[in-house]
Amino acid sequence: MAHYEAPIRRPLVTGDKTYHDVTLDVVAPVEGRANKHWWIVFGIALTAFLWGIGCIIYTITNGIGSWGLNKTVNWAWDITNFVWWVGIGHAGTLISAVLLLFRQKWRMAINRSAEAMTIFSVVQAGLFPIIHMGRPWLAYWVLPIPNQFGSLWVNFNSPLLWDVFAISTYLSVSLVFWWTGLLPDFAMIRDRAVKPFQKKIYSLLSFGWSGRAKDWQRFEEVSLVLAGLATPLVLSVHTIVSFDFATSVIPGWHTTIFPPYFVAGAVFSGFAMVNTLLIVMRKVSNLEAYITIQHIELMNIVIMITGSIVGVAYITELFMAWYSGVEYEQYAFLNRATGPYAWSYWAMMTCNVFSPQFMWFPKLRRSIMFSFFISIVVNIGMWFERFVIIVTSLHRDYLPSSWSMFSPTFVDIGIFIGTIGFFFVLFLLYARTFPVIAQAEVKTIMKSSGERYKKLRESGQSLVGSGADPRTSGGPVKINLDGHYQAAQAEVVSDEPMIPEDTHGNDVLINSLGAFDAATQKADDLQKVNGIGPKMEEKLNQLGIYTFAQVARMTKADYDLLDSITGSFPGRAERDDWAGQAATLNNN
Amino acid sequence: MYTLSKNLKLSAIIFMVVGAVLFAVDYVMLPKSTADIEAMEAAHGGGHGDTAHEVDGGTHTEKGHSTEIHGESNHASGVAHGDSQLADSHDGDHADGGHVMSKEEHLEHTLHQYQNKPWSAIYIAAFFFFMIALACLAFYAVQYVAQAGWSPLLLRVMEGITGYLLPGSIIMFVLLALSGFHLNHLFHWMDPDLLVEGGDKYDKLIAGKSGYLNVTGLLIRAAVFIAGWNIYRFFAVKFSKNQDEGADNRWHKKSFKAAAGFLVFFIYTESIMSWDWIMSLDPHWFSTLFGWYVFAGMMVCAITVIAMVTIYLKSIGLLENVNDSHIHDLAKFMFAFSIFWTYLWFSQFMLIWYSNIPEEVTYYITRIEDYNLPFFGMLAMNFVFPLLLLMNSEYKRINWFVMMAGVVILLGHYLDLFNMVMPATVGKSWSIGFVEIGSLMFFFGLFIFVVFSSLAKRPLEPKRNPLIEESKHFHY
Repeated sequence: MAHYEAPIRRPLVTGDKTYHDVTLDVVAPVEGRANKHWWIVFGIALTAFLWGIGCIIYTITNGIGSWGLNKTVNWAWDITNFVWWVGIGHAGTLISAVLLLFRQKWRMAINRSAEAMTIFSVVQAGLFPIIHMGRPWLAYWVLPIPNQFGSLWVNFNSPLLWDVFAISTYLSVSLVFWWTGLLPDFAMIRDRAVKPFQKKIYSLLSFGWSGRAKDWQRFEEVSLVLAGLATPLVLSVHTIVSFDFATSVIPGWHTTIFPPYFVAGAVFSGFAMVNTLLIVMRKVSNLEAYITIQHIELMNIVIMITGSIVGVAYITELFMAWYSGVEYEQYAFLNRATGPYAWSYWAMMTCNVFSPQFMWFPKLRRSIMFSFFISIVVNIGMWFERFVIIVTSLHRDYLPSSWSMFSPTFVDIGIFIGTIGFFFVLFLLYARTFPVIAQAEVKTIMKSSGERYKKLRESGQSLVGSGADPRTSGGPVKINLDGHYQAAQAEVVSDEPMIPEDTHGNDVLINSLGAFDAATQKADDLQKVNGIGPKMEEKLNQLGIYTFAQVARMTKADYDLLDSITGSFPGRAERDDWAGQAATLNNN
Repeated sequence: MYTLSKNLKLSAIIFMVVGAVLFAVDYVMLPKSTADIEAMEAAHGGGHGDTAHEVDGGTHTEKGHSTEIHGESNHASGVAHGDSQLADSHDGDHADGGHVMSKEEHLEHTLHQYQNKPWSAIYIAAFFFFMIALACLAFYAVQYVAQAGWSPLLLRVMEGITGYLLPGSIIMFVLLALSGFHLNHLFHWMDPDLLVEGGDKYDKLIAGKSGYLNVTGLLIRAAVFIAGWNIYRFFAVKFSKNQDEGADNRWHKKSFKAAAGFLVFFIYTESIMSWDWIMSLDPHWFSTLFGWYVFAGMMVCAITVIAMVTIYLKSIGLLENVNDSHIHDLAKFMFAFSIFWTYLWFSQFMLIWYSNIPEEVTYYITRIEDYNLPFFGMLAMNFVFPLLLLMNSEYKRINWFVMMAGVVILLGHYLDLFNMVMPATVGKSWSIGFVEIGSLMFFFGLFIFVVFSSLAKRPLEPKRNPLIEESKHFHY
């Protein structure tokens, strides 16, 4: 793709971000320590997860009778939760595969987390059929294995079996796709790792990624092939889930629109969940420059479009039920809208069809709080959609004497809450150990879509050499002016030796960083920079470095010089990005 | 700037004239009375003789009984089966819920089918080119809404193709109105006798739908839809022209908003249009997916036509900034929408086949039994061919190859439409003869003439579209 981008396009990476900044921002949560909030949320999620495990154990020891199912409504929360979780998984593949094929650059900031979400939610979905078997140790019976292993040959006519294949294929392809994208990013963490254990782990995870041109070429080829494979999977998985219902002859279930409408609904709920997660994550992990308002806005538009498609499908179903002239079909829909479960039907309508329409207003879809609110509403609405389809169709049997109602027991609710806990446990762990933004991919669009480079280009300057960073190599120094980052045209360190062979290192250092004048300037608390302790501060002061402004001017050459002077923690300053931190501190 | 060449104009007119002549020749030769039918069947030998049809009548009766689950009236559901539906509509004696046709009834019934044949042929051909223009307009609106950077160079080509929307939709309206005035019997439900309770022909199911399925309603809906689509088309073209002459991006933003509004209108009207104009030809049958299925077919055809027109214009030295990557992208869309169409076809077919509910499955039974070759043939043309031909990314860049694939796809979707309409209107008496080919040629000529005249009205490259530079720099 050419670097050219029309001027009316808004930047996808905001702020004065250089390539090195991308690295630093993405690894910050991995290399840093978890704060209190993370531990609190993690604690809550873990508790919910443990509670869920308790309920699962209760179910297995006591049997499925501990759920609220009865002879008429013999499928309710379990399948609702299953479909809900599978549906949520769809956004990941859509973002990573379909948007890749459509060359949508905005996907790069969100694909990693969306794919993680996909995998974690499919894990939750997979739990439900296994638990519902009652004897989960026989779960392998759903696979076609020879009879001598204990099972009878599986029934290939059953959509439930198709589900097994569809979802396991989906999980495998999504996992491979996710991991392929992760390789260069894991390698980046590996190369920065200081502790041998970390280095070992990330070496294993990155599969020996070397960053050669050949690696990249293969990377791009395999991404396209996987995208091609995953795109039909986006459609097939929820299509087959919809077949679970639509192949039956139950009024309200047997309708031909189910396959595409389930897929649209799945993408709808998936994007809502991506929005829920990323709106929080961009704040907590300081990723606002990458997951911008524009990203949220675009996701809101996808939510609006898919919500409207789902709305058209609801109305089509309603109309066709009447048009068909089939009494049972007509009653099924009348009962949905006016029967004892009407509240859930109208909750679904309000959440899924009505609420996304607010996104027509640019002000609302660019509001973070409102987007978050709607994303939660949609998550709830899509749960109700499955509940409505499943329970309202079943609770009025063909035989009126069998009519009944469904109410969940604490076990039903507990398992559902447990899966939410499990999902967040996985996601929170992921957020601290994985590069949550596909930084290698984001770097490929920096020059076309990064604000820094867009501005450079618009001001008529050449982009040649502008990818270099003083903190890692040569390049223009970033100076903080009036709260705005601006790239000053400083001298580019080229062939000069990085460390001058001059024993008077301190003078050289002060010359490049600027002298501190105690009469006019005030010393800053350098210990605020992560990585500078009391001892280091003392050493810096001895060298004449007192202010953030001075530290902010440090380049790779200065770091090396500093290391050679102080002789302690070699490479630490560069890794912790003292210059960048100091620039931020100086700005505030 | 493109100018309509004399040769092309002449070819278009020749197509129209030859098409009309073929149509007329075949029309004259069609059987005009039951005596003609009898003579024709005698000439064809005993294979299609009365015995065969009597056996058929018997089978239909069986099915008729099995569909009684939703009505106390036997014949109401018993008539839902392809050609037997017409038989029942035109003769009275079926109070016992299906019957064995007498020889006279059979001849009468076949005659009605033959009377429908030329009308159906026109209807299919007219709808086929109309839907290309309509879907092209939708694809055009999507380009604006998605702020696509690859396609602005093709926007004028799309505007040209949508030039056929106005004549095409007016022709459709006239055809519907003619059916409404009982000049033909394409729409079985338009027969007022079906609604007379206690009458010979009373059809409980159709009577139940008459609140929606009535001529007035159909024509009002058609008028509103046609007006809506054409109004958007008018403003879309105007805004894009104004943007070329303007000083800022005001008109581009207006195009964006108009496109978004149109797509909302379109998603509803397209579905309803397909129920009204096609699905109701089989008035007992229903499928919630039908609207989207028709939509997918429309889109494939429209994108194919965009690719073909673009390749043609390039071949005569125009659209110099359009490169193979643009063709590649169009071919990708042809491929993708072909697969999407197949997906919807399969979803609709599989669910109905699997559930095997009589009132629904009869739709496919008539098609597989009486239209076996066109039914499976169009599946090969619309799925297997595009899948094999357009899978390879190198092939998608070879212009003549895309042209060839396009011809197969367009013919395949004509056949798909044929399968949607003919079984309901002419039943077993179908053939692809001069009437069908003549109508197709006539409307093809008209389409070419209108589209290329429309292309000649504006410069082929939008000057000031804010994304045009991206499109010029576009490479895969």
